[in-house]
Amino acid sequence: MTDATDASGNLLAADGTPLKKKLGQALFRSRLRAFGLTVPLLLLILLAFVLPVTTFLKQAVYNPQFEKHMPNLTPLLADWDAVSEPDEAMYAALVADLVLNKKNKTIGKVASRVNREYSGTRSLFTGSARKAKKLKPPYKEALIKAKPKWDNIEVWKAMKIAGKSWTPAFVASAVDLKYTADGSIERKQEDRRVHLKLFARTMRIAVIVMLAGLVLGYPVAYLLSTLPARSSNMLLILVLLPFWTSLLVRTTAWIAMLQGQGVLNDLFVLFGLASDEDRFSLIYNETGTLIAMTHILLPFMILPLYSVMKTIPPSYVRAARSMGATQWTAFWRVYFPQTIPGIGAGGILVFILAISFYITPALVGGQDGTMISNFIDFHMRKSLNWSLASAMGLVLLVIVLFLYWIYDKVVGIDNMKLG
Amino acid sequence: MTANSADEGFVVFDRVQKSYDGEILVVKDLNLNIAKGEFLTMLGPSGSGKTTCLMMLAGFETATHGDIRLAGKPINNIPPHKRGIGMVFQNYALFPHMTVGENLSFPLEVRNMGQSEREAKVKRALDMVQMGDFAGRRPTQLSGGQQQRIALARALVFDAELVLMDEPLGALDKQLREHMQFEIKHIHESLGITVVYVTHDQSEALTMSDRIAVFNDGVIQQLAPPADLYERPENAFVAQFIGENNTLNGVVTAINDGIADVKFDNGQMTQALAVNCGGVGSRTTLSIRPERIVLNASGSANGVDAEVLEVIYLGDHIRCRMNVHGNEDFVVKVPNSAEKLALEKGSRTNVSWETQDCRALDG
Repeated sequence: MTDATDASGNLLAADGTPLKKKLGQALFRSRLRAFGLTVPLLLLILLAFVLPVTTFLKQAVYNPQFEKHMPNLTPLLADWDAVSEPDEAMYAALVADLVLNKKNKTIGKVASRVNREYSGTRSLFTGSARKAKKLKPPYKEALIKAKPKWDNIEVWKAMKIAGKSWTPAFVASAVDLKYTADGSIERKQEDRRVHLKLFARTMRIAVIVMLAGLVLGYPVAYLLSTLPARSSNMLLILVLLPFWTSLLVRTTAWIAMLQGQGVLNDLFVLFGLASDEDRFSLIYNETGTLIAMTHILLPFMILPLYSVMKTIPPSYVRAARSMGATQWTAFWRVYFPQTIPGIGAGGILVFILAISFYITPALVGGQDGTMISNFIDFHMRKSLNWSLASAMGLVLLVIVLFLYWIYDKVVGIDNMKLG
Repeated sequence: MTANSADEGFVVFDRVQKSYDGEILVVKDLNLNIAKGEFLTMLGPSGSGKTTCLMMLAGFETATHGDIRLAGKPINNIPPHKRGIGMVFQNYALFPHMTVGENLSFPLEVRNMGQSEREAKVKRALDMVQMGDFAGRRPTQLSGGQQQRIALARALVFDAELVLMDEPLGALDKQLREHMQFEIKHIHESLGITVVYVTHDQSEALTMSDRIAVFNDGVIQQLAPPADLYERPENAFVAQFIGENNTLNGVVTAINDGIADVKFDNGQMTQALAVNCGGVGSRTTLSIRPERIVLNASGSANGVDAEVLEVIYLGDHIRCRMNVHGNEDFVVKVPNSAEKLALEKGSRTNVSWETQDCRALDG
């Protein structure tokens, strides 16, 4: 008996419906149930993660404060060429908006937005707003008379930049560029370029922590994978022990270890490696950040390495040795290449965790040991420039995704083994 | 093939002992001479010390006491990579990140051989195992049997005179295993290499070996060619381990001209070849192969009346389990010949054997 088919050659089920459709119906219920089980987690991720993150990241390129509170002036600024003198109509719109903001008590928001583009203009706005109601036309002369700074075209340029709600200004600022009123992008003044240095330092610290973790973790993982089960379990517990302690406690423990009068320096003095007056400064600088971060992130390097090494039977190295390879050749040509998936997984894990490290550099980093996340925190809580904070986060995300992409090209994500 | 000190073997174990923990000897006082070109199999149950011996020879374990000599030179302190011994591992140990060709090329590369010479040797070795077209493949793309051939070729490619094989066929199915046994044997013969082969499979050992060393409890129980081992076992362990065997227990009452009179616990007497049975009065284990037993023969010296407990039809022969001298697991192999014997469960029949086929061994 041959199987029943329809005109186009598709297989038919016993009742004459196409087999594919029948199969789809049969699987639909089980798929629906499987999906139903994941719905709570999906909702949690959507509401508590994706939504807040995207909203926050949107602030990096979208800041409507000026447009929202200066409805009259914003369209005029958009048409203005940023070269000619602002005309009477623009001054009139400005006064109207100032009056509006005074009434709504929103002048502060407008003032800080413009202040970010051209600092020192905060009082210009708040002061003018107080007087705006009494001003009579022609407004241009009246305003300049009240606050001569309105004659400065830079203020107007700053307002033109702030008037754009969708703006590359913050992202540009996050990478030490300046978005100007005429729409071009130029580098910031040399003394104001701080972010790129910070990104570079963050990258450097993350790479050093990753490499140090690899150098320190590789032998430990190897030992773990070759020891008999009893001792290797004991060692594994020791490796995991830090996970059972709060990150804060581990970091502060390093303060006790590394500080000027700390354990390590006392030992150095005891063994005559340092004089009592001239102790090593191991903390509140980059050294402190590196030491503490390497220690904290080490398990994330060891575990993927261990899980990969455990699957490599000792007979590979033995085979290589029996074929005439020295211990080093056997390791380098046979054992090491097979651990690359573990190195890749551990490396990328440690790197990505390190690049966004916050508490440790904040506590032990001092001035030159702080990282990009500390700066983001500064803009979030101190300067309240959320748009810039979000722009810096966006840049960090793009860098990480880019590195991930490179890793995929070079090593291949399929080659990564986390356990 | 036994060698004296002047004409020493190619591989010599001289009073070798091995202990891992300082409490238990895994290998006890091992003495073994392996001649050049010999195929020697170390056969024994797991934990008998055979693999440890192989690992000591390869250099992955060190002997706790004694000397191992290769071509007259002590190799105890020579690291594995300088011994020049080829090895085939149980799980093949083909490097997964290299192609088949690179795997074979590896031992030549570490010997700093030129590229053209390497290619020629790799090709020759692959052709030898009929895998010439597979140089570009990865080991994971090959079947178990193909991987096994590559592992064999890799152990041979650098012209090792001694090749060790650690249960190389253990992971293959029965048919492939039997096929590979012949292939390995042919390669051994055509190359004239010395092979030390470890297995727990007695049929494999019997098929392939020049001599077999039967290991148990860290001691070589018997070292002999396959036929000797089967037909003339020297102790109860070997008799039991190699092939099928019936055992009967009794006490030696007299020994005359190498023939022992043995009295069973039920008082009946029989005669057996005195091989390893101690003096008069000592307990002995009698060993008789199932195919050497005759049913219903009249006038045989060692005949006894026995009850049939079970009959199993196996095509070419019939297995018949009987109660003989109180042993209820006494098996007789009856050829399926024209004059079919009427064997039925519960019936009684006369069972007998030649005195030469019944060996009195250690109790």
